[in-house]
Amino acid sequence: MTRRAFFAQRQYVIIAIMVVTVVIFLVKLFYIQVLSDNYRLLSESNVRRSLVQYPPRGIIYDRHGDKLVTNEPAYDLMVIPRQVKNPDTLELCRLLDLDPQLFKHRLTKARKYSMYKASIFLEQISKESYGYLQEKLYRFPGFFVQPRTLRKYPYPIAASVLGYVGEVNQNDIDKDPYYISGDYVGKSGIEKSYEKELRGVKGMRIVMVDVFNREKGRFEEGQYDVPQVQGEDLISTLDLQLQLYAEKLMQGKRGSVVAIEPSTGEILVMVTAPGYDPNLLIGRQRTKNFAMLSQDPQKPLFNRALQAQYPPGSTFKLVVGLTGLEEGTITVNSRFGCNGKASSPIACTHSHATPLDLIGAIEQSCNPYFWNVFRTSVDRFGYTNTRKGYNEWRRIVLSFGFGSPISPDLLNQANGNIPKDAYYDKYFGRNGWRSLTIRSLSIGQGEILVTPLQLANLSATIANRGYYIPPHVVKRAGDHDIGFEKKKTAVADEYFLPIIEGMNNVFEASHGTARYWKIDSISSCGKTGTVQNPHGKDHSLFLAFAPKDNPKIAICVVVENAGFGATWAGPIASLLMEKYIKGRVKRLDVEEHMINSNLIGP
Amino acid sequence: MRERKNVFQNADKVMIVIYILLVLMGWLNIYAAVYDDTHSSIFDLSTNYGKQALWIGTSALLIFLIMMTEARFFSSFSYVIYVGIILLLVLVLGVGREVAGSKSWIEIGSFRLQPAELAKFATNLALAAYLGRTHVNIQTLSTKVVVAIILGIPPILILAQNDTGSAIVYATFILVLFREGLSGGFLVAGFVAAVLFVMSLLVNQWIVIGSAAVILALIAWRWQRGRRPWVPLIGIFLISAAFVFSVDYTFHKVLEPHQKERINVLLGKETDLKGAGYNVHQSLIAIGSGGIVGKGYLNGTQTKYNYVPEQSTDFIFCTVGEEWGFVGSTVVLGLFLALLIRIILQAERQRTAFARIYGYGVASILFFHLAINVGMAIGLLPVVGIPLPFFSYGGSSLWSFTILLFIFIKLDSHRNEVV
Repeated sequence: MTRRAFFAQRQYVIIAIMVVTVVIFLVKLFYIQVLSDNYRLLSESNVRRSLVQYPPRGIIYDRHGDKLVTNEPAYDLMVIPRQVKNPDTLELCRLLDLDPQLFKHRLTKARKYSMYKASIFLEQISKESYGYLQEKLYRFPGFFVQPRTLRKYPYPIAASVLGYVGEVNQNDIDKDPYYISGDYVGKSGIEKSYEKELRGVKGMRIVMVDVFNREKGRFEEGQYDVPQVQGEDLISTLDLQLQLYAEKLMQGKRGSVVAIEPSTGEILVMVTAPGYDPNLLIGRQRTKNFAMLSQDPQKPLFNRALQAQYPPGSTFKLVVGLTGLEEGTITVNSRFGCNGKASSPIACTHSHATPLDLIGAIEQSCNPYFWNVFRTSVDRFGYTNTRKGYNEWRRIVLSFGFGSPISPDLLNQANGNIPKDAYYDKYFGRNGWRSLTIRSLSIGQGEILVTPLQLANLSATIANRGYYIPPHVVKRAGDHDIGFEKKKTAVADEYFLPIIEGMNNVFEASHGTARYWKIDSISSCGKTGTVQNPHGKDHSLFLAFAPKDNPKIAICVVVENAGFGATWAGPIASLLMEKYIKGRVKRLDVEEHMINSNLIGP
Repeated sequence: MRERKNVFQNADKVMIVIYILLVLMGWLNIYAAVYDDTHSSIFDLSTNYGKQALWIGTSALLIFLIMMTEARFFSSFSYVIYVGIILLLVLVLGVGREVAGSKSWIEIGSFRLQPAELAKFATNLALAAYLGRTHVNIQTLSTKVVVAIILGIPPILILAQNDTGSAIVYATFILVLFREGLSGGFLVAGFVAAVLFVMSLLVNQWIVIGSAAVILALIAWRWQRGRRPWVPLIGIFLISAAFVFSVDYTFHKVLEPHQKERINVLLGKETDLKGAGYNVHQSLIAIGSGGIVGKGYLNGTQTKYNYVPEQSTDFIFCTVGEEWGFVGSTVVLGLFLALLIRIILQAERQRTAFARIYGYGVASILFFHLAINVGMAIGLLPVVGIPLPFFSYGGSSLWSFTILLFIFIKLDSHRNEVV
């Protein structure tokens, strides 16, 4: 082979180098394009941005269609840490009015949550700052704005009934996979108990974005988008005007008001005092304000109407009387003597003619009378067979809704307490107790505990002559009505009539304990209660309903540490009933006195 | 001499057809790379694809000029052209305009020219002219020195412009020299050096040196022809060891930070997908997401939404990979390979050494660009910014490759004539 020909052979070496190079490229291309799915997925995640569409929460109306809770637009600044590229931190901080230190902290927090998933960087930017930010946002890849809605309360009332909305915590997410970090959820009140109705269904809009985070259109013509479903509006049972009025009357006082429409079980008013403006618990100030409210010694976050438990005091005499009638241990005409303050084993706090019948005893709230009624009930199977007598009595009491949560749609209700026999066994030894031992129960003192809601329900039950509908705060969600089954008490309807007579006399009779609070032209029924309080001044209680026939409103008012039931709770209940039935209050002097009285100091 | 009726009469149709196909495909892909929903005409001169149309038109003009030029002109004036371009390269250092860190543009009005692109065919002409002389022997030292000077001046000047990519292209002439009789040992040594370079960056240098010693010992042990060549083997070992140690120094002291990063990215040592690794990562995503037949023309999301940087120039292959898939990539690579092989086969058929050497130079330059550009886009080679011939956007580069190829086509069309 000549030298020249030998070198010519080298063309094949060179061709081979080229062929091998191209083959290596094709193998690599085959691997990344055909075999591996990885890059296809990465490319999709690169350009696809799933935008959660938060539907506005349902609006909450009062029973007449006035808005109690509405929405207003807000904007959350979201961040996808993976896409954040050396942002001009200072510039962004300036736009957001954010401390650079805090900026770093929040970015770190978002990174810890997920590099790929969006998390809230700065929540609830106002409309004004949003407009400004929107123009510059393209310069900060990885950041985008998520439209949200914030709750807004046109009236600063009923905060604890309505509840509030906050960001989900890990616990919420674990319990319901619907939620993802950054979602809002009802945290208390109606917001929580009707969360499923109010929240609607989140939608998903999938868009394509370029490397600068600019939207470039919808992904696959939007065929993978999930439409959002707006939250259902709720019609609450509350009466806005009456609630406003009740809160006004309760200002400067500690206690609660619950008013129920007896025929439906609909709660017209629920006040806990002192309360707070629900607008405090929205937006960015929520955390700060929540801490402030939870440290307030007056406990404004504590919903006394549901959670405070008191001995019912004299108001419980109504139940004791009804039980005696049902068990047949007394009749309407049964009379028991009273020695006034000298009565034994329970003294009477009122001075009145003796002996009284049942109606008179209610009218004058005679302690010895009801002790005797209670004794006849408990000792009905013999003086030593206390247990049987007590349990029978307790069964009837429980049928009024005492001893357990009573409302189907209010959260965190206290149980109250109608002690079990076992409790007394433990306390006094097995069978070591007699009717005399537990005599305090006859006048609603001792171990017995009830909530204002349960007492209001008692009032409604009597107004209904023997049944109640579980009290609730929402009557309509979206397009379906919410109703609950009637519950009969264990007391026959007819026995309610004398009790109602007695309660009527409380207002109407010359010696009635609430005679000063009689409402002009409305025949009302009521019962005072003055609850002994070992920690301070007595609690003032009042139960009432009106009108006597075909009642429209049943009410329970508790004013803590205020003294006699007739002094504070009575007039407040009376004013509210007048306002509700008549639409306006005539007794302006009483009204003014109630509104301006401050019983808890500045 | 026959009367020429048509300048294209004897021109090689295969090369011309492949050239036209590649240029048109490139144009379509540039259009796709900068495509926007609010696009204007494909001839809009404010856009890359509009300008590319202009470059393509002027290239056609250049082709006619070349085809009408006497073939002898190129061999006779090769040194003149070479010196002229060298002067331009010197000039650009003085009056050049800096773009993206490289001072490699000469600006005349709104018209910008990159002399480094033109230097490729000029150097090729000079090399062909020098080695094409009769009785030249590449084995001699003096020849080697002259060759080294011809091939060395342009890359040094280009490096001075801070355009590393265009400079390293000159390494490709080793293939031409190999064909012309340079010892194959240079190719092997180059390959071994590359392997050693990568290995010593990836693993402990002592392990690399140990491995080299073991391999050489094995060669010595299995040696079957006469006495074992101890002196060359030990020499190779010492040179390798010295090389390995110098790699560390070169890497850390000589290379620029961005060059180090690019090498680290390639070797998988740097995985910062937002920083230095971003381009390659996005490029891989673009190509990898293409699948078998691609996402369809103008449907590439990676390229369309600007995830891939430099997508109409250095990363143009992403558009091909994403929108045309494996099938499209294979077609493009296949066309290039066909062109390369065709050039080599035609070069071997030349009657003059000048034409042959020039042909090999054309093939080597095209091959090197193809290998580096595509290798970079698919993550096999470090990021070096050099264009994909005929494909990438850019007037200077399209003109330069057109001139490069068509001078050869012109020479080839005269191969049956007596020169």
